[in-house]
Amino acid sequence: MRVPVSWLAEVADVEVPAEGPEATARGVAAALVRVGLEEEGLHGGDVTGPVVVGRVVSAEPEPQKNGKTIHWCSVDVGEDAPRGIVCGAQNFGAGDLVVVSLPGAVLPGGFAIAARRTYGHVSDGMICSAAELGLGEESSGIVVLGELLGQAAADARPGDDALALLGLDDRVVEVNVTPDRGYCLSVRGLGRELAHGRRLDVARAFRDPLEGVAVPAAPGGRAVVLADGAPLDGRPGATRFTARTVRGVDAAAPSPWWLRRRLVQAGVRPVSLAVDVTNYVMLLVGQPLHAYDAAALDGPVTVRRARPGERLTTLDGVDRALHPEDLVVADGEDGARAVGLAGVMGGAGTEVTASTRDLVLEAACFDPVSVARTARRHRLPSEASRRFERGVDDAATAAASQLAVDLLVRHGGGAAEDGLTDVGAPRERPWVRLPVGEPARLVGVPYPPERVVALVEQVGCEVADAGAEVLSVRPPAWRPDLLQAADLVEEVARLDGYDRVPSVLPRARPGTTGSRLGGLSPRRRAVRSLARVLAEAGLVEVQADVFTAPGRADELGLPEGDERRVALRVANPLREEAPLLRTSLLATLVDVLRRNVGRGVEDVALVEVAPVVLPGPAGRRSPAPRPGTDGRPSAQEERAVRDAVPPQPLHVAALLSGARAPRGWEGPGRTADARDAVEVALLVGEALGVPLEPVADPGRAPFHPGRCVALRVAGTGAGEAEVVGHAGELAPRVVAALELPARTVALELDLEPLLAARPGPRRARPVVAYPPVKQDVALVVDAAVPSGEVERALRRGAGPLLEGLRLVDVYEGEQVGEGRRSLAYALRLRAPDRTLTTAEASRAREAAVAAAGEATGAVLRGT
Amino acid sequence: MPATDDTDPPGSTDLPGDADLPGDAAGVDPTDGDAVEVAAQAALDAVAAAGDLDALTATSRVHTGDRSPLALANRAIGSLPGAQKAAAGRAVGGARRRVSAAVAERREVLEAERDAAVLVTEAQDLTQPTSRRPRGARHPLALLVEDVEDFFTGLGWGVLEGPEVEAEWFNFDALNFGPDHPARQMQDTFVVDPPEDGLVLRTHTSPVQARALLEHGAPLYVAVPGRVFRTDELDATHTPVFTQVEGLAVDEHLTMAHLRGVLDALVVAVLGEGTTTRLRPNYFPFTEPSAEMDVRCPVCAGTGLAPRAGDAAGAATAAEADAGAPVVAADGAADEEAAPCRTCGGTAWIEWGGCGMVNPAVLRAAGVDPERYSGFAFGMGIERALMFRNGVGDMRDMVEGDVRFSRRLGSEV
Repeated sequence: MRVPVSWLAEVADVEVPAEGPEATARGVAAALVRVGLEEEGLHGGDVTGPVVVGRVVSAEPEPQKNGKTIHWCSVDVGEDAPRGIVCGAQNFGAGDLVVVSLPGAVLPGGFAIAARRTYGHVSDGMICSAAELGLGEESSGIVVLGELLGQAAADARPGDDALALLGLDDRVVEVNVTPDRGYCLSVRGLGRELAHGRRLDVARAFRDPLEGVAVPAAPGGRAVVLADGAPLDGRPGATRFTARTVRGVDAAAPSPWWLRRRLVQAGVRPVSLAVDVTNYVMLLVGQPLHAYDAAALDGPVTVRRARPGERLTTLDGVDRALHPEDLVVADGEDGARAVGLAGVMGGAGTEVTASTRDLVLEAACFDPVSVARTARRHRLPSEASRRFERGVDDAATAAASQLAVDLLVRHGGGAAEDGLTDVGAPRERPWVRLPVGEPARLVGVPYPPERVVALVEQVGCEVADAGAEVLSVRPPAWRPDLLQAADLVEEVARLDGYDRVPSVLPRARPGTTGSRLGGLSPRRRAVRSLARVLAEAGLVEVQADVFTAPGRADELGLPEGDERRVALRVANPLREEAPLLRTSLLATLVDVLRRNVGRGVEDVALVEVAPVVLPGPAGRRSPAPRPGTDGRPSAQEERAVRDAVPPQPLHVAALLSGARAPRGWEGPGRTADARDAVEVALLVGEALGVPLEPVADPGRAPFHPGRCVALRVAGTGAGEAEVVGHAGELAPRVVAALELPARTVALELDLEPLLAARPGPRRARPVVAYPPVKQDVALVVDAAVPSGEVERALRRGAGPLLEGLRLVDVYEGEQVGEGRRSLAYALRLRAPDRTLTTAEASRAREAAVAAAGEATGAVLRGT
Repeated sequence: MPATDDTDPPGSTDLPGDADLPGDAAGVDPTDGDAVEVAAQAALDAVAAAGDLDALTATSRVHTGDRSPLALANRAIGSLPGAQKAAAGRAVGGARRRVSAAVAERREVLEAERDAAVLVTEAQDLTQPTSRRPRGARHPLALLVEDVEDFFTGLGWGVLEGPEVEAEWFNFDALNFGPDHPARQMQDTFVVDPPEDGLVLRTHTSPVQARALLEHGAPLYVAVPGRVFRTDELDATHTPVFTQVEGLAVDEHLTMAHLRGVLDALVVAVLGEGTTTRLRPNYFPFTEPSAEMDVRCPVCAGTGLAPRAGDAAGAATAAEADAGAPVVAADGAADEEAAPCRTCGGTAWIEWGGCGMVNPAVLRAAGVDPERYSGFAFGMGIERALMFRNGVGDMRDMVEGDVRFSRRLGSEV
């Protein structure tokens, strides 16, 4: 809401500091901020320097070669001699009072005025147009003060300050009005708030523009019927509807300059007298108004819901199909014809035109929800709908209409019919119970009871039984937001000042943290420690986008039926091409890799820990119910809501490309390969205390079939083992489709099973001091046998004496034969209770070899 | 793989065997004290003259070996008459001990010299940079979230999480946003298709308020960090996906003063000592009274004026100022009118988040008695905090995943 300071000053006391209009506006903004109206900006004041009234002494037309005719003018600006000024406009003549900006003045847009040579003269200033002064008027000629200001120009003398005369030194304060404070979408409401913000008594510092406005007691001639056959949730669409008739108005008469000026300052375009007056009154008191051409309005007015198939062409010229829930204003027999979308926009058929003589003025109160839905449905947010959605002062409806009638008659002539059609009534205003100690209980400031009473009265409430423990408070009609004690507490705290609320650090009591242990949950600690371990391992943590394109599943080569192909879709995505919520982190982490590489970062190791959304094979769960909120939902309802939320398991994913160890003076470096990805995957398990083991998996997109492992929790048998993710090199086809660096390697794991399997504190084992025995063994196996299988067999066969086992050499070549390879292991054996003999160690080694032979066909090398 | 070194470590000296001794030396008469002394002196001179360990070993063989003059003299004592034995024994024995001691002493010196020389030859330029360990980094937002979590656990609060795809009921209804509430539109919500399913991307972390109250009841003190979503186009100051930390405390006797106390402590923990706050009235459906929390602009220190170029760079230029740059008086002696601070737009305050006392309607919807319990809640933007604290000028840096951004800010502990 934009409000000119000069307008606000008419309804409330404004502090005027000596520093000038800018300081005044700052003071107004600061006072409004204090009571909750956030400053959005200050406007105006962009004309500075000497801008004065001038009288045109002479204006000689001088035709130019380019076909234009300029005027060489002599202008009296109150100095000893007139100034010579060149002017291209035609709409003035000798004797006219005009606005002259003298050298040194600066006009909007930083346009600095200086004496300059043009068309063979030195022009010693500029005669200004309305546009050049930023007056927002549409006329193209220069400002002739007699025409613009009318009688107000009579006292102007050459040399007078034109900035003050035209109000160009006025400032506009723009504030953000929160949805609960509809009344602040008016100068009247902001005037009240200004008094509150300045800690002044509303009775003295605020002048209600509706105070003393008398409305006719007699009924009006235009009948109105409220006939809402389908109220929303029992609330009728219109609670009050008033109509006034004004006859013999010159609708083509111009709106007065000051009124147009205020509309422009408030950000509203002047249109015509009738429209300008309704807008002006709406801005002043917050009541939206609508003017109909009485001649076009047939008979009584009916307010009803739209009929099936009904259409209406609104003022903006759009032919709209109405929805049966839309509330319309209609005329004719039984409201046969819709003539407006109630509270949103009028119809084109009854619009006031230049030839209109008689007007019907509507001031009504419509149901906020009904208006909001209609405005939303037709994408028609209007100044009127904004106010109705937030609630208007339904006690002021007729008085607001009277203000408009008065302005119409004053500036358009004619006469108002001495009768008011007033159907419906202001809402019942309920009394609110306010325990007098409630503000202190919720705010922590010991407000005395009389202070509580005084402050709620300041906002306009009636207090029935001041002095009682529990006050009965009736909020004013313009405050439909005040419904419960807490709402009144806010008013007390706000007017008394939030700056008076002390700062006290509370102590949480044990057992109040949502868990038995308090502090970080073990899960959260585990995730933190994982993230730290991965950073220590050289990975850079990033946060990739959650939205992805449907085509990404193809680029990743996901097969039909893959559960990652079933993604939730956002109905209103920011980018139409990316409406899906990713089902894997890699789906968008690849974009981060590409961005980094594109920016010249060659060696990249990225990791992300974040949830993905996996709606599951069905893709859709039963809709989330919306239980009532008057009390706790039933256990069943609560479960249904929770169950409707799809699983969002926490994943970890990494991408590595380029050098894992960079080239340096020590050597050529080492390029990241699939084994790095596997190692990071195993590290994830280690960090969480749930060791993983890799198992070759040729069938998992987006990985290279020959360079991919599934990771499963170690120590579980093959059948029952849960695969928690995959690691390896991305398939060449995927790399090409996503334009990634060749040989990019990756991993992605579901952390949920790992977090669930965390073992808790481990049992200690005695640290054995007896010496170990080291034995090496080289086995030859079929090249297709994964070393992991050989290793598992060796471990099993060696039994409990085996302390450690490490693969120390892999050989393929002539010595072992085609299709075979040699795997050499270093075994470390130790007994817990004695020094192990070489013979015992050898027996264990032989058992290990036997087990490996049985499981994998391995034979000792050289045998 | 352990490094091997061809050089023997210092201190190991190969002692010579007895295999190739020099030929017999001329004997010394053990009874001739002067001759013994001469032989001893010759030995001592030779030892002192030994320039390295090899020379000393050779010298030592000559002067202390089995066939050295003093050894031979010693052997000859056995054949002397008894009366002479004692005196000769003393003279020869004393001489031999002195020579042995001198050899040992010299050996120690020479070994120390050799060891020192070896260390010199083994010297390496350890300033040569290596990159044996790849350097990673945390995401700066994640680290800041951890800081904030630690702040709350330090107060004895718990830390909870909630889902990002959330039921509309938790995101709106349970928080007192009616279906047609104007505030519901101001949230710019991503809606999951089809809308009838009642799922949204949570627009704030506040739905966890309702989840937590339903699950744990009152009293409750919890913080909830998490990602939230709004349909804002990505630009320098907005991102559609951002991070919030929610705080919720519900107990008997909690007031706005306690809310303010927690916020004051939080801003100091996150933005540093001396950070001040301001509460100004605002509106949120789920709190009443409601407030916006502003922090005094850390960039302009609450002056509302853009810091001069020198100020922004901090300590480095403070030194330059000392070195003679003219200091403009703070009370406006500057030639040009100072521009408004870009961070706070000249208002001296920066919005950091919404807060307030939990609306009784929210407590009721979660089955908590609002007449017995009161509570407060707040939600703070982590991205904004990172912008103020670390001077991040462009929010896009936080979401693009450029490793240079994480590396620069993601290693603070």
